[in-house]
Amino acid sequence: MKLRVDARASLSLVGSVLKYLAVPLCLPLVVALYYGDPVAPFVATIALTVVAGVGLERLDPDPEIRPREGFLMVAATWLAVAIVAAVPYLIEAHGIPMVTQPINPESTLGNPANALFEAMSGFTTTGATVLGEISFDAHTRSIMLWRQLTQWLGGMGIVVLAVAILPELSVGGAQLMDAEAPGPGIEKLTPRIAETARALWGAYLGLTVLEIVLLYSLNVAGVDQAMTLYNAVAHGLTTMPTGGFSPEARSIEAFSATAQWIIIPFMVAAGTNFALFWHVLTGDPRRLFGDSEFKFYVGAMGTLTAVIAGILFAGGLVGAAPAGETFDAAYLETVRAQIVGQVEPSLRYAAFQAVSIVTTTGYANMDFNAWGPPAQYLLLFAMFIGGSAGSTGGAVKIVRWYVILKSIRRELFTTAHPEAIRPVRLGGRTIDENAVRGIYSFTLLYIVIFFVGAGLLFLDSLRIGPTLSVLEVLSATAATLGNVGPGFGIVGPMGSYLAFSDASKYFMVGLMWIGRLEIIPVLVLLTSEYWTR
Amino acid sequence: MRVVIIGAGQVGSSIAADLASAHEVIVVDCDEERTEELNYSLDVLGVTGDGTSVSTLEEAGIGEADMVIASTDDDETNIVVCSTVKAISDAFTIARVKNTEYLRTWERSERAFGVDFMVCTNLLAAESIVRMIGLPAARDVDPFAGGKVQMAEFEVDEESPVANQTVAEADRFDSLTFVAILKNGCVEIARGETLIEVGDRVVVIGSPESVREFAGSVAPEESQGTAEEVVIVGGSEIGYHAARLLESRGFKPRLVEQDTDRARDLAERLPQTVVMESDATDIEFLEREHIGDADIVIAALDSDEKNLLVSLLGRRMGVERTIAIIDTNDYVELFETVGVDVGVSPRSVVAEEISRFTREGEAENVALIESDKAEVLEIEVDAESILADRPIHESVADLPDGVVIGAITRDAEFITPRGDTVVEVGDHVVVFADIDVGEEVATRL
Repeated sequence: MKLRVDARASLSLVGSVLKYLAVPLCLPLVVALYYGDPVAPFVATIALTVVAGVGLERLDPDPEIRPREGFLMVAATWLAVAIVAAVPYLIEAHGIPMVTQPINPESTLGNPANALFEAMSGFTTTGATVLGEISFDAHTRSIMLWRQLTQWLGGMGIVVLAVAILPELSVGGAQLMDAEAPGPGIEKLTPRIAETARALWGAYLGLTVLEIVLLYSLNVAGVDQAMTLYNAVAHGLTTMPTGGFSPEARSIEAFSATAQWIIIPFMVAAGTNFALFWHVLTGDPRRLFGDSEFKFYVGAMGTLTAVIAGILFAGGLVGAAPAGETFDAAYLETVRAQIVGQVEPSLRYAAFQAVSIVTTTGYANMDFNAWGPPAQYLLLFAMFIGGSAGSTGGAVKIVRWYVILKSIRRELFTTAHPEAIRPVRLGGRTIDENAVRGIYSFTLLYIVIFFVGAGLLFLDSLRIGPTLSVLEVLSATAATLGNVGPGFGIVGPMGSYLAFSDASKYFMVGLMWIGRLEIIPVLVLLTSEYWTR
Repeated sequence: MRVVIIGAGQVGSSIAADLASAHEVIVVDCDEERTEELNYSLDVLGVTGDGTSVSTLEEAGIGEADMVIASTDDDETNIVVCSTVKAISDAFTIARVKNTEYLRTWERSERAFGVDFMVCTNLLAAESIVRMIGLPAARDVDPFAGGKVQMAEFEVDEESPVANQTVAEADRFDSLTFVAILKNGCVEIARGETLIEVGDRVVVIGSPESVREFAGSVAPEESQGTAEEVVIVGGSEIGYHAARLLESRGFKPRLVEQDTDRARDLAERLPQTVVMESDATDIEFLEREHIGDADIVIAALDSDEKNLLVSLLGRRMGVERTIAIIDTNDYVELFETVGVDVGVSPRSVVAEEISRFTREGEAENVALIESDKAEVLEIEVDAESILADRPIHESVADLPDGVVIGAITRDAEFITPRGDTVVEVGDHVVVFADIDVGEEVATRL
């Protein structure tokens, strides 16, 4: 049997990406030097990634990328960077044998399953954590910064970044970006794909810097003392990729209402198609507000916000203890007192949480476990919506739902008028029937994987625990597959995924991986037709 | 004026016939039989040769020509003719095209292709159809004075409220003037005592509202204005443009096209239209889709016979009004007798447009009645006009017979002309004139 895929070419390019991963690793190294933290985790990882990268590059000195090699390269890259990103966490917990001492032997990330989970959750911008204790006492600022930085790198896409920088990717670049970028198809903004990739990364970098400046200005203005420069940077780095890793254990609850209001529009922007920002910057702002996906996206979040705000304001089950769980009664009481019957807090909590979940950011400005079932089910539903195509958001993506709704309406119309021909329209454009079919199969596949995944996680939890409610299992699966982050119950926004077995964690690493690459590019690698025909 | 017409097909010949009486006309065609025939049938000079070659054009006396009309059946040839003419002379060039893309390009830069005036067959035919749709029972509608004034032609049947009345009796509609009655193809100027008989056609000029009101009372059973249901059969270019223009007027037409790819293509380009893929003569399909309930069926298939068939089928199923595209000019009358309500011939529409344009000269805007029997002119009154600063009953005495002042607009306001109305300098008047006096009227007003 002869392989029809040039795996050496793919792995060689993975090597190039790994080699360049040394550059962003220098940032936490500098921060470590500044704060006087041990530098061993980063020095060792830089050495490792350069050696591994150069080694892989030797497999094929002149790699040629064709569509099939592209899928392998993208899928392998994401796995490889996650493995490299896990190394600093392991060194933090174990030290380098016979060279350095462990920095924090208590760290839960000493377990390889946990380290890989945290790294994959970072790069895929999921934001699900297995850290036992999120604080600067337990972890150095440099390790925490690495955690934020993996999300920022993963947000706009490592491969997109590689296409922007590496000249050898200019030929197969569009194919690679297509395999990686969220949503069906990519929009070439400029004749050269590398320039398109640079434009996207430019808009991404610009928005990140803007957010950091705005957040830090709160501190300078004396509005929010908790928003230190470190925190401003950390949150800038994790908002724009719709990541959700916060160095604060209480996530955004730790900050003032003003800071929360500032973060909301940036989450909205992160879930927007970045090509639209490019159009705005090149002098065509009407493209943003005229875009039907954007309108649908804002409309979906607006509706969700209004409904949840109504539920919170009216009270209802808000503050009731979640079923089968012991919850801090005092916290529940504070929650009730804070939001029930209060306009601004109801609106703020609803808007923040709706936006955070729809865009798959996964920040929390309150433990929404205390919200009671109606609001929680709405959030579970929101986990499937996802951001726009070409954004940094995860899940199914708003544009797919829009197309599905329209094609269902078309289906109903043609049932009554069998001869009618109705193309599915998105804004002014019509969508190719093959694309509609692709969207259907993706969405169906997503839902199937969601249910099968939830079933497997549930079975595994019966084996060795933890005891999980249905809502917890469903939310954990939806949150990892959709790169959202927090779920409900024990995996809630203030909780963690630590209690799961190693097997479940590896499984969820896989869910995050295929979720970020939108299933098909990874799944195609599992078919024999891909390799042999 | 010396006019060279390239292409002696239906359009070219019919323009030549229109212009021959007043101008020197030279017709160029590569078919010797045709040019020979024209030499005898019309008072024109036929030249045989390829219109795109400089030698043929020179043979046709291009150096002294004032106007060149390229009206062959091929868009590219017409454009090349105009470019060639521009390269070797200063004549005004008119090109006839079918493809609207060329028209778009030309509209962007009026110097494009060396064409001074471009007419698009498919678009003009579609426009003339769409104009009729706003007015039930109207056969022909032309806008004047930026849309403030409309001229329309109606057929009078037994139930019409003006049937068997004199013009003086019928003249009870606000802001509306009866200008002419067409009896058996002859134009009669409307005078107070003229009798309007069943089977005649009346030509009225008035504000758009009054014309619509009149249309409503002429054909009360036909539904009014906006709620009209239009079905277009055949996705030809004319069908497509008609659907597109209807869309822009707020209609949601239905379009039936048999070819799968063409139907899909049209569906993509026409967001407000329901495109259906079916054979339009499939009665079961027509019944299932309740085509009989439609107010108007436009038959725009490629063959005249099929269009006739579709119109007749539509009539039988209960459609109120059928409009058919008829490519062969000679069939129009025949089809209208058999049962098509209105036949539109794209070629005669375009010939009319070109003739109209060549006559405009002094007038702002011209429309022709029954191809060439009378014309309606829009003229801006200047100080030298015999109308200026006089009541109409005085100035009419100085004008030849066969002239009616149909409407006046002053500062974009509509004024109904009556005997004592004083016309001011700067007014726009819309005048109906017999073809024989048209030239004279145009210069004196």
